[in-house]
Amino acid sequence: MNFFLETLVSGLSAGVMYSLVAIGFVLIYKASGVFNFAQGSMLLFASLTFVTLVEKGAPFGVALGTTALVMILGAILIERLVLRPLVNRDALTLFMATLGLSFVIEGLAQLLMGSDVHMLDLGIDDLPVSVGGLMISQFDLFASGAALALVAVLSIVFNKTRMGISLRAVADDTLAAQSIGIRLPAIWRIVWSVAGIVALAAGLIWGARQGVQYSLSLVTLKALPVLIIGGFSSIAGAIVGGLLVGATESLADIYIGPLVQGSVSTWFAYILAVVFLLVRPAGLFGDRAIERV
Amino acid sequence: MADALLRLHDVSLAFKGITALNRLSFDVERGEICALIGPNGAGKSSLLNVINGVYRANTGDIVFDGVRFERIHPLKAADLGIGRTFQHNALFGRLTVIENVLAGLARHGRANFLENIFRLGRDRAERRSFTTRAHRIIAFLELDPHIETVVSTLPYGLQKRVDLARALVADPKLLLLDEPMAGMNQDEKAEMSHFVSDVNEKLGTTVVLIEHDVGIVMDLADHVVVLDYGRKVGDGTPDEVRNNPDVIAAYLGTVH
Amino acid sequence: MTVASQIADTPVRGVQRRAGLIGRPLVLITIGLVVAFVAIPLVATDYWLSSIIIPTIVMGLAGLGLNLLMGYAGLVSLGAAAFMSIGAFATYNLLLRLPVLPLPVVLVLAGLIAAAAGILFGLPSLRIKGFYLGASTLGAQFFFEWLFTNFKWFSNGSQSLTISAPRLAFLGWDLSAATGRYLLVAAVTALLILLAYAIVHSRVGREWMAIRDQDTAAAVIGIRIGRRKLLAYAISSFFCGIAGALWAFGYLGTADAHAFDLDKSFQVLFIVLIGGTATLFGSFFGAAFIVLTPILLDRIVLATSLTASADQGALANLQRIIFGVIIILLLIKEPDGLSSLLRRGLSGVRRRDTASRAPLG
Repeated sequence: MNFFLETLVSGLSAGVMYSLVAIGFVLIYKASGVFNFAQGSMLLFASLTFVTLVEKGAPFGVALGTTALVMILGAILIERLVLRPLVNRDALTLFMATLGLSFVIEGLAQLLMGSDVHMLDLGIDDLPVSVGGLMISQFDLFASGAALALVAVLSIVFNKTRMGISLRAVADDTLAAQSIGIRLPAIWRIVWSVAGIVALAAGLIWGARQGVQYSLSLVTLKALPVLIIGGFSSIAGAIVGGLLVGATESLADIYIGPLVQGSVSTWFAYILAVVFLLVRPAGLFGDRAIERV
Repeated sequence: MADALLRLHDVSLAFKGITALNRLSFDVERGEICALIGPNGAGKSSLLNVINGVYRANTGDIVFDGVRFERIHPLKAADLGIGRTFQHNALFGRLTVIENVLAGLARHGRANFLENIFRLGRDRAERRSFTTRAHRIIAFLELDPHIETVVSTLPYGLQKRVDLARALVADPKLLLLDEPMAGMNQDEKAEMSHFVSDVNEKLGTTVVLIEHDVGIVMDLADHVVVLDYGRKVGDGTPDEVRNNPDVIAAYLGTVH
Repeated sequence: MTVASQIADTPVRGVQRRAGLIGRPLVLITIGLVVAFVAIPLVATDYWLSSIIIPTIVMGLAGLGLNLLMGYAGLVSLGAAAFMSIGAFATYNLLLRLPVLPLPVVLVLAGLIAAAAGILFGLPSLRIKGFYLGASTLGAQFFFEWLFTNFKWFSNGSQSLTISAPRLAFLGWDLSAATGRYLLVAAVTALLILLAYAIVHSRVGREWMAIRDQDTAAAVIGIRIGRRKLLAYAISSFFCGIAGALWAFGYLGTADAHAFDLDKSFQVLFIVLIGGTATLFGSFFGAAFIVLTPILLDRIVLATSLTASADQGALANLQRIIFGVIIILLLIKEPDGLSSLLRRGLSGVRRRDTASRAPLG
């Protein structure tokens, strides 16, 4: 029983990571209807920039601030050079553009900062502590706490500030929002910046766990099933979806894996997502659109 | 006794608690033109959507040509002989006029996909008869100069007529027209209204249409049903409806 | 009744116009066939055949398969390579385990097996639409890559999990040399282009496009949209499956499941978007772009002095950046793909042609 619970908890903590990545997707999807494949590359770029700065001797705070600035600058460039020329194009074209963007960002990241694996030490040991009889990694607790804090900040920003209200207006009805004077490019710049900073946070936590390396960008691929399960437009959905995917994936690996001679974690989340699609097409928290003819 | 082609009984529809149709009952006689009028949001389009299965009614039932149903799949409705045009442009935009009209014959196709692809068996005869039927309707609606034109490049009025052709080509028993004259000028409206009455007279098709222009409705329709907030407030000949005080209060008085 | 007889007398337009057009395609097709089956095999070197022409044709074929699904039926697949891998592994196993079957039969059977998988992973399209559909096909992508690397039966117990064709022969001809492989690839592709043409110009193709343009209206006028969507997945996967078999044995020679990874799926997707959706030949332009760009970038880098200062990894990254930039630029500048660029170019030439001739006439 304890083994089951510990597997579950470690799965859930992986799920927290998935949620962090998925939140970046949700932000961009809500504001611009773009499924941003480059979110993973942004994560790689942010963590690589940070770790390079630290290795060059920059203090933690300076490195963090500089990286955040770099991500904001990147968002402005992306809005100007990629999004604005592609406004009003179909979702698939925008997706392909972010795929092209991910090539550029990954190429730049490795060209400028090399493709070595960097160790990233956030000062929290990956040691298990006992919580109510279960052994849980201290680092997982920290990561979950950081994720929760980030979500809390984001929900305050999006529910209480003027900017957040504009964002929700854009997500709800782009044309109506524009007609009352909300400027789309500004909203996009802000949202991509926030997504960049979320990528930085997720990149630091993932990077500290796995080392900062190219494979970090592949985490994007886990976000799609998370979003389908949670619903594309809901931050709560991204969190619940992430936890669900993390938990079921690690349970499936332990309990189904041996039956089929190997890890099933590359595809299990997708099959789960497809089952969800068939049963609940809008996801757990998504709205189902009424068809108008 | 009157011979009803379509009989609605106690039909209600709600979206997320908002009532679109409220216990609606009325009959449409075989061979008549029945107009649905009412202010925006009265539930007219929703009613058409219930009749041909795009929406599912919450209560009530419908009898069409002797077949009773509570809910129906759009395909089944098409098979029973319910044709439909749309309020907003719902043509196959990147196809030509002839291709749009041919697509309207889908429910009459019996050949399987292998026959279709390799032009075998039933497909040969179907290709021929479909083409003939499509050309016939296109000529009937005077669309032949545009037959190979991609529909999204046609002017709005002609697109509406292609929509009518696509519905008509399948020989529907009942034709549902959702604002066929919306956004047209007076000349275009007169032309369209002439086509609708031609379809009704010469092809014998029963028509239910939604129209806002009361003048046109009174000329064209044999039977008028007035809706307001999902309820029926009037039902009768144009003259009866014109003189109905409830109708005047709910609709005619407030708009024009 | 009078109306009907009046109507029947109306001249049937379009039909006449089409008749006039028949001459030109015939000439084009003949030229195409002569070039493909006489000129290219005579002129092209083994390097050109093996490194440029064969991969372009095969990837173009895969693009054509995906284009039937995306461009014509308006559905999404992010897992084209999965269906290619099914075709490749099915071909390998059929050739190995049923040696009596001739190569064409094996290819068709492999395509049909891929089509069955396509139907299975296309099932969610009955409930959902749009981009979400990507998830199901992406699931196929990861599932089959896993399946073919975890179960050695598919590669006949090979330690390296690779497959290579036991024999590539047709009617006693050995097709394993470059020219033989080229002829195999070109012949299969020519037949499949013909099939695609027939599909697109049949009722099936028309109904796919109707569903793509307006699915609700399509259902209301009586199109069996569910059946048509599954058929689109089946036919698309059939094409991709055969393309996969050709990729493994006509181009690579030896392959494993990773030859059909997510990158390959995205390449096929790029080919469709770059070449132009809903065109039969656009995918081959897209494929030429995908195949040639890395080769050209390599050449350019070699020709400049960059080689001296940069290491191999940096070059790969530079290529990646340039490739990404080109993709984004193409999406921005050419919404309808390379084929529309080409069409515009051709019609420009023709217009100039007639303009210069007009004063004489």
